[in-house]
Amino acid sequence: MLKLEVRPQPSRLMAFASPLLALAITVVIGTCLFLLLGKDPVRGLAIFFIEPAKSLYALTELAMKAVPLMLIALGLAVCFRSNVWNIGAEGQFVIGAIAASGVAMMADKETGRWIVVAVLIAGVLGGMFWAAIVAALRDRFNANEILVSLMLVYVAEMVLSYLVYGPWKDPAGYNFPQTITFLKSTQVPKLFPGFRVNIGLIVALIAVGVFWILLFRTYAGFQLQVGGLAPAAARYAGFSSRRALWTALLLSGGMAGLAGGLEVAGPLGQLTPHVPVGYGFAAIIVAFVGRLHPLGIVFSAVLMSMFYIGGELAQSRLGLPKSLTGVFQGLLLFSLLACDTLIVYRLRWKGAPPEPAEPVSAMAGGGQIGTTAALPARGLAPIGPTGLTPKEGV
Amino acid sequence: MEAFALLLAATLNAGTVLAFAALGLLINERAGIVNLGAEGMMLVAAVAGYATAVHTGSDWVAFAAGAAAGALLAAAFGVLVIWLNTNQYASGLALSLFGAGFSAFVGIRYTQEKLTERPRFEIPGLADIPFVGPALFRQHPMVYIAIALTVALAWFLYRSRAGLVLRAVGESPESAHALGYPVRRIRLLAVMIGGALCGISGAYISVVYTPFWVEGMTAGKGWIALALTTFATWRPARVLLGAYLFGGVTMLQFHLQGQGVQIASQFLTMMPYLATIVVLVLISRNASFIRINMPASIGKPFFPGG
Repeated sequence: MLKLEVRPQPSRLMAFASPLLALAITVVIGTCLFLLLGKDPVRGLAIFFIEPAKSLYALTELAMKAVPLMLIALGLAVCFRSNVWNIGAEGQFVIGAIAASGVAMMADKETGRWIVVAVLIAGVLGGMFWAAIVAALRDRFNANEILVSLMLVYVAEMVLSYLVYGPWKDPAGYNFPQTITFLKSTQVPKLFPGFRVNIGLIVALIAVGVFWILLFRTYAGFQLQVGGLAPAAARYAGFSSRRALWTALLLSGGMAGLAGGLEVAGPLGQLTPHVPVGYGFAAIIVAFVGRLHPLGIVFSAVLMSMFYIGGELAQSRLGLPKSLTGVFQGLLLFSLLACDTLIVYRLRWKGAPPEPAEPVSAMAGGGQIGTTAALPARGLAPIGPTGLTPKEGV
Repeated sequence: MEAFALLLAATLNAGTVLAFAALGLLINERAGIVNLGAEGMMLVAAVAGYATAVHTGSDWVAFAAGAAAGALLAAAFGVLVIWLNTNQYASGLALSLFGAGFSAFVGIRYTQEKLTERPRFEIPGLADIPFVGPALFRQHPMVYIAIALTVALAWFLYRSRAGLVLRAVGESPESAHALGYPVRRIRLLAVMIGGALCGISGAYISVVYTPFWVEGMTAGKGWIALALTTFATWRPARVLLGAYLFGGVTMLQFHLQGQGVQIASQFLTMMPYLATIVVLVLISRNASFIRINMPASIGKPFFPGG
């Protein structure tokens, strides 16, 4: 019988191999799923993994969909590394989109191109505001950030619905729940004529660099990570857990809001009830599959973007529901979590003499490799009158 | 008066949905496991239950199918977090995301299906009492089963030996392990029972409460149920009361709309979510009060002999 055994050292190799292994498992299950549905699995997999990268146009579309995922996941990576569980990025994305739309609708014919900057800043501030509610309630009242941030997703969607069905509805829009189409001057500039991909891609790639520097080359980033991996050590060193909480939430909220602003001022061009398409939730998977590392996130965002485009293609070409995307996303995260076990543990046949091994600490998967295995867990309830993080089972 | 009786009846009905899920999660958390996958399990169970009801015509088989679906997903989650020691939050989130996608994928053909007319339930004699009858005694049997379950669970946790073992596993798995109890198997069983109850809740939503199937129909009820266990400081009776309270908040919006209150419907729909945040803030302010009641090992992995 196979038995799990603690490795003397967490495996660096497995930390890199685990996402690939998880992808392989997802592909195998996907193949079985296509067979089960009576579809040609080769064609099905091609639609997900080859078609989205087949032509120049397809590649630009792939990049366009990867941008919001990348931006949101970068912010979430900081959150998860600080052990702040912001799972309401979807709501921050929506409020960012709303704030950006509010500014975009103020533009008139004379407005210059500077308005684009104002639109995006509004998006950032909107997302930050929504995340700040979470931070404030956690900081002041110890309210659990998982539940609060998630509840605020539903509230954000209702605010959006109220606006597009009510005060912001386009009077000339045949009663459709949508705002006016924003003026040309508010549109985020496109990178190349004829393609939808815009400078959001450049912004996202710059953000990757900025987040890499923040996480691995600044003292603030170091403080955040220590707070996440070893709260007791962080407290002893005098790192403020309150500041870490606010930094992580404001950063991730701002990034989600920026993504929302880029969506409405980019490919969408107006505010509709269909602005939230689950990027905020998919970005959680992107962040984990990318090892909570800015560079890893670039790859996982492209992969997740493939899932989105593949799902749409599967609908139009194979007649399968678009929600196939969600199935694959969930499977990928499940497989990843299972594979991540192999970073800290190894499989051994029972009966073989165990090698002496010191149990690894919570710093285990640490270093620069962000893995779920390295994250300490705590209950849903608030803990401790002073500390934001509990005494850990390190 | 009649309107108030109907509001009360609807409140009990909506509360029952939350009660089943929250009682299930209570069992999980008493064993030391937080399952953020409640929403996903409820969605998959909702579609499983609905499909079963459409094909068999029996509500009870549908509830069984929902419970089985919930338990199965919970078992997958349980193996991950209990044996592979994966992070409970991340694994629960994975379950929620997978459940949302999977239920939408499987359920697409049932969005057009309709259930046949169901017989009305009333308790003979009692149902005809003015006011009280329509408010309390014309409910689906599951409403009463939820109350019975609460009583049974309270007895189980505080009066039975098995309940004591379950609590020990949640408070101090090391001690329970030292006493020779199979901590991991007990945790898995608790997680599966919790999943089954979430599944019953999901099936109740699609078969009785709405009754129809549509993508994402649980609309955050799984998450509200998760918050309920904290509100109730992990006590079954308080969970039931909390569930009715939130059922009331959910139903009040329809009542207010019916009364012609001039508020945009979106703001009324927000109420249960805002109420969850408000109550969470109120109850969390007193951290030591929560800490006294909280199962001590909640959210922490246990690896015997590791």
